Amino acid sequence: MVGDILGVESIPTTSSRGQDVLHPTREQYLGAISAIKSADYVTCSDLCAVDYLSAQERRSLPEGIQPERFEIVVSLLSISKMHRVRLRVQVPESDPVIETLFYLYPGTENMEREAFDLFGIVFSNHPDMTRILMPPGWEGHPLRKDYGIGRVPVQFRDAPGPR
Amino acid sequence: MSDESTTTFVPSDESATNADLTERTGGTKEGLFPLPDTSEIERLIEQGGVLRLPEQSPADLGDSEQLFGDGETMIINLGPQHPSTHGVLRIMLELEGETVLRSKPIIGYLHTGMEKTAEELTYVQGATNVTRMDYLSPISNELVFCLAIERLLGVELPERATWIRMLMAELNRICSHVTWAATNGMDLASTTMMIFGFRERELVLSFFEKTTGLRMNTNYIRPGGVAADLPDGWEDDVEVMMDTIESRLDDYDELLTGQPIFRERTEGVGIIGPDLALALSATGPLLRAAGVPWDLRRSMPYLAYNEVDFDVIVGSIGDTFDRYAVRMNEIRESIRIVRQVLERMPRGDYRIQDAKITPPPRARIDESMEALIHHFKLFSRGFEPPEGEVYEAVESPRGELGCYIVSDGSNKPYRMHMRAPSFVNLQSVPALLRGGMMADTVAILSSVDPVLGEVDR
Repeated sequence: MVGDILGVESIPTTSSRGQDVLHPTREQYLGAISAIKSADYVTCSDLCAVDYLSAQERRSLPEGIQPERFEIVVSLLSISKMHRVRLRVQVPESDPVIETLFYLYPGTENMEREAFDLFGIVFSNHPDMTRILMPPGWEGHPLRKDYGIGRVPVQFRDAPGPR
Repeated sequence: MSDESTTTFVPSDESATNADLTERTGGTKEGLFPLPDTSEIERLIEQGGVLRLPEQSPADLGDSEQLFGDGETMIINLGPQHPSTHGVLRIMLELEGETVLRSKPIIGYLHTGMEKTAEELTYVQGATNVTRMDYLSPISNELVFCLAIERLLGVELPERATWIRMLMAELNRICSHVTWAATNGMDLASTTMMIFGFRERELVLSFFEKTTGLRMNTNYIRPGGVAADLPDGWEDDVEVMMDTIESRLDDYDELLTGQPIFRERTEGVGIIGPDLALALSATGPLLRAAGVPWDLRRSMPYLAYNEVDFDVIVGSIGDTFDRYAVRMNEIRESIRIVRQVLERMPRGDYRIQDAKITPPPRARIDESMEALIHHFKLFSRGFEPPEGEVYEAVESPRGELGCYIVSDGSNKPYRMHMRAPSFVNLQSVPALLRGGMMADTVAILSSVDPVLGEVDR
């Protein structure tokens, strides 16, 4: 199904539990998505990020794909073909920047803001790259694996402080 | 749409009792109101329905360069404590007189880091976490989470477990939609509707309590099946419940559907076209009211939805009234599904008998050391799905509810992401509000049906 789409033949494709997954590089990302969009994948149903900090060796990537710390996972949906295709893009820790999809799919605006807020990945050319779930002045990006879960100090006498 | 044989998108003719309602939901596109076209999307990108101002200083108009009109605009806040925002949603509205220009929904007041929490809980415990996201449809949350885990594990469910899940999911849809009707009525000053809606919701919640032990946040659907079999006599309970709710839907029609004030406040208000809705990734009743016959139960069937008979309800104009009509008819369709489930509920086990995934029966624990060990291991350590990543989606009452799970081979999800339909649908609000009256804001917002627990997670 995925192989039929013009313009994405060169991108490695895998199948994860029966679901089609494409692995474009950051350079191929925007081109691949516009090719898939013109193949009638009219809506972007999901966009999220994953931090592979502590699971680098335990994930499967096709040959030739350089694993990086972050990954952007985009799920595109075709109404006419009743088919989903997923893209996993590697984003390095040293330069956590990727093109925005806003101009192809305006519906990714909030999803990208969420990924920025919780992972610190910057989407270039995004119209409103601000925090969405955390307060504006928040420090750090909570869903990163090196961000502790933290504890709220208990307000009892003789209680141990935050550990 | 391409395959006629598998997709029959028929508006519900028989089930809709109100002639007006049927006419509206099944009508053609040449309606009373102008339709937004594709250029709407370009306009939205260029000019923006979204008011892109910093959230902390909304009064500082100097930051905004793209003011419309002659500059006689003001910015006011709706919420986050406003009762009609269905929780803690704040909307910044740019007004010119009484007309809304741009707006920006501001969220995060209820953010509790549930996706982070999920990484700290085992797969067995995880369902208790996700059920609290969309508190009006806990079953859908548990369902999608468990479907994703089951796909990771590669297990197949007994038939009865699947049908019980389907029964509960549809009851939950009815419950969620009547609650929506209640709060929507409240927003439009019909307090009678609010009492009615919550009365019907109570019926479903009582059944949930009887079956699962809890009214909300049930943790009923678990990896490998459901927590318990249906109680004795459930058929009678469900049958009475369906008959009651069905007859009371006619009361709703009498109270709202044909009522001039209600029609006046909802018709032609907050129109969104199919192209714009798709571009904004809208799903659920919001998308179907715009005329796109997209329902995951029909188009990408999960559970046993391909075996039951039901119609996908679509609207024609995509205004607030269409969204109301779509939801009302979806209740009727859900009742149809529940009745079929009643007839065809298969016998058998309500969960897979795999000691690694589901706990052994309570009686076995007293007599078998092995069962005791399995029980202990399951609840202390849980199971470990093989490495991999999956995305599973179901049609929740609000739209596509997706769950993306990455497994690193341990007993906890490495990453669990919920594609929350309310979160995504909220992006359509600026497009819906734009150009409308300030007084319609509440009606439009209510028709999108956001649940803030799910928006903020």
